[in-house]
Amino acid sequence: MLYWNQSRECMPREEMQKLQNERLIKTVKRVYHNVPFYRARMQEKGIEPGDIKGIEDLPKLPFTYKQDLRDNYPFGTFSVPMSEIVRIHASSGTTGKKTVVGYTRSDIERWSEVMARTLVSAGATKESVIQVAYGYGLFTGGLGAHYGAERIGASVIPISGGNTRLQVEIMKDFGTTILACTPSYALYMAEEIEEAGIKLSELKLKAGVFGAEPWSEAMRNEIERRLGILAIDIYGLSEVIGPGVASECPCKCGLHIQEDHFIPEIIDPETEEVLPPGSTGELVFTTITKEGMPLIRYRTRDLSSLDYEKCDCGRTLVRMSKVTGRTDDMLIIRGVNVFPSQIESVLLEMGETAPHYQIVVDRVSNLDVMEVWVEMTQSMFSDEVKRIEDLEKTIRKRIEETLGINVQVRLVEPKSIERSLGKAKRVIDKRRI
Amino acid sequence: MFVKQISIFLENKSGRLAEVTSILGDSGIDISALSLADTTNFGILRLIVNDPDKAEEVLRENGFTTSVTSVTAIGVKDEPGGLAAALGILKDAGIEIEYMYAFVSKKEDEALVILKTGNPGKTAEILSSGGISVLSAEEVYDL
Repeated sequence: MLYWNQSRECMPREEMQKLQNERLIKTVKRVYHNVPFYRARMQEKGIEPGDIKGIEDLPKLPFTYKQDLRDNYPFGTFSVPMSEIVRIHASSGTTGKKTVVGYTRSDIERWSEVMARTLVSAGATKESVIQVAYGYGLFTGGLGAHYGAERIGASVIPISGGNTRLQVEIMKDFGTTILACTPSYALYMAEEIEEAGIKLSELKLKAGVFGAEPWSEAMRNEIERRLGILAIDIYGLSEVIGPGVASECPCKCGLHIQEDHFIPEIIDPETEEVLPPGSTGELVFTTITKEGMPLIRYRTRDLSSLDYEKCDCGRTLVRMSKVTGRTDDMLIIRGVNVFPSQIESVLLEMGETAPHYQIVVDRVSNLDVMEVWVEMTQSMFSDEVKRIEDLEKTIRKRIEETLGINVQVRLVEPKSIERSLGKAKRVIDKRRI
Repeated sequence: MFVKQISIFLENKSGRLAEVTSILGDSGIDISALSLADTTNFGILRLIVNDPDKAEEVLRENGFTTSVTSVTAIGVKDEPGGLAAALGILKDAGIEIEYMYAFVSKKEDEALVILKTGNPGKTAEILSSGGISVLSAEEVYDL
């Protein structure tokens, strides 16, 4: 099976554009009439749904930012009544509050469809045994992959993340053929397999769909060599739908965007001008089939470029290049989005002014580790070891509660963190991705 | 009235202790007692000096995080059971010791002990009435 939905995935460009035009017009009407936030934004720009006749009119529409979703927390950008929402997911926001997304029943259907396409492009069939080691829960990774795998009719192992020894045992005993997790976790599993003395010939693993964090070609080669599989990059973000927005095919020459559902644009993040195909800039998505929470020109902050040439695999779907970076300071730690501002807001709660801090990220045995260095202030200091250790523990716990990942906190002497003249250098990322 | 102790936050890296002592030395400050509490990542240096206010000022000027705490200084007889007597009094009074350290005195037959408790006033009172010699701040700073 080469494609899950050949008529869509290999649709001639003209037909695709026609479909996108129709769907965009409908979506713009939907949000204008159902979501006060979008109506206000469009009115500010002096446009009405009737001004949008097709995708060539996209640049007339206002952008949507992550901050907008936060300002309308939790459900303010939903375009259906709550009675129509069957699922709610959330990802970390730039500060305390999370970014919330809602799905109708048919949104879940569409999500399963695009995720099925993703898995099939990695070689999945109904015979496949798919081990979903993305986290299940508020994070979209686990359930997104799960529904796609069930849609194909594959056998799903909903193991979620963590417990690597069990992952490897099940992989061997259940004959997993496709692994879905973050690329760094795949490497961590490879290590566990090697340590357990399991030979690749004892496994049935054929491919992996890896995403939720940036990774390099060198890392791909290492995963493919150590696990003896085809390693496919997948892309998604919960605001747009979750995993399934785009995925590589075995040609590994860019990620095919499921354009009949999500229209991409590349813009210059400074001037906000739309850039021609091939230029690198910020990826912007407009969803054209989602009901629960459609997004108009959503600024992903991810840097990429678009290639409209037909791919050797036969798909005509536009390809985005592997994401090469961000236009903001977001970090991805073990697949979880982390903003330095979240840590700052935790530290602010500790006293009147936030102490100087720095985030140090490293990859140890293929797992991301994050340390937060906090300069000791007069008001935090005590002559008793226990009090300082309690303080360290409190900061750690609060950060962990906010971010949902483990961190190490180290208290350091004042002025020991380097000061910069311009914007504070909050992050030292030692990972070589 | 109480003895002022200066505490300094130090990271566990080489040369920090030397730096603190040389800053104090350059300012003509004499250290009469010290103790270092250390953990894996950091240490707390506690000092008794002849001029605690000046010491704190110069250390802060040099970018150190410091705090001043009131502690109790007692003299105990340099003989078996000397310290036990003092500690027994505190135990009976229900006063808990957060930390303590001892240093040598110029008096031949006496050892000096610095005690940190939750209530230095009560500590001094109880020890004095139990017959333990509690030193005044001036006596300690002049050591």
